[in-house]
Amino acid sequence: MPHDHSHDDDHPHALLPPEPALRVKALQTILVGKGLVDPEAMEAILETYERKVGPHLGAQVVARAWVDPAFRGRLLADANAAMAELGIAGRQGEHVVAVENTAGTHNMVVCTLCSCYPWPLLGIPPAWYKSDAYRARAVREPRRVLAEFGVTLPEGTKVRVWDSTAEVRYLVVPMRPEGSEGLDLAALAALVTRDSMIGTGLAGAPA
Amino acid sequence: MSATRSPAAPFEEPWQAELFALTVALGEAGVFGWPDWTSAFGATLKTRGAARALDGGADYYAAWLETLEGLLDRAGSAPRAEAAAMRDRWAAAYLATPHGAPVRLSP
Repeated sequence: MPHDHSHDDDHPHALLPPEPALRVKALQTILVGKGLVDPEAMEAILETYERKVGPHLGAQVVARAWVDPAFRGRLLADANAAMAELGIAGRQGEHVVAVENTAGTHNMVVCTLCSCYPWPLLGIPPAWYKSDAYRARAVREPRRVLAEFGVTLPEGTKVRVWDSTAEVRYLVVPMRPEGSEGLDLAALAALVTRDSMIGTGLAGAPA
Repeated sequence: MSATRSPAAPFEEPWQAELFALTVALGEAGVFGWPDWTSAFGATLKTRGAARALDGGADYYAAWLETLEGLLDRAGSAPRAEAAAMRDRWAAAYLATPHGAPVRLSP
């Protein structure tokens, strides 16, 4: 260790954070100092994505679409406007497009470029969504990827893969599970998993 | 790639969350356009992924950081030399601060 303290404590000075943490801190200090970024805005973003936004929001949208045909129509026509009805707003003006699974077509979402994702509806993407393996294979061999996620579709079902961009993010509206008739919105939303809204899963069956 | 990996916390380490928030804040403040960000990030991922398949975890945010540093260097808003010097000041501040006390940059 490059220091010379006589404390018994193993860490007499503040622990040196990991290297990338120091580099992030450096950028932040410089940019805040130059007035290019507002620390309060950063805090608000952190708060939003660490605690407020997550797949539970997308699930509310899907559950509403299942029970309310008029809402479903508006969601498929203009997802941003439909989301706004539920108080869900995008941050970067990204355009969200909802794609609906049917008996004939299963939709699946990827971002082959990087990891564009409908943040306002699903939060931060899982590691596998950002992995090279998924990004490369989702388009090339979607059925095999789906099988690895435990999803086997009927032979007659087409798989349609949507490649997200900075401008367009996709939300899959999974099929409503059988046996879910009569459930209320909250119970329905609980069946809507994150993966089912990416298209690598199906909505769960009611318990 | 695993279907069984639990969703858990959105970020594995605090710096990843800070990096994410910093980048989004810069995009919202108009320091760069989001499409510029995604194309630069895509290029970094492509270069890095060519050497070794990325798992979408820590290596993903390492590529993110590299991209942001590059963008800000080219834009002149945080040139590399300035960023490196600031990183060293922070490291020195951590090493000079007693354990438990708040870490501050010396003026």
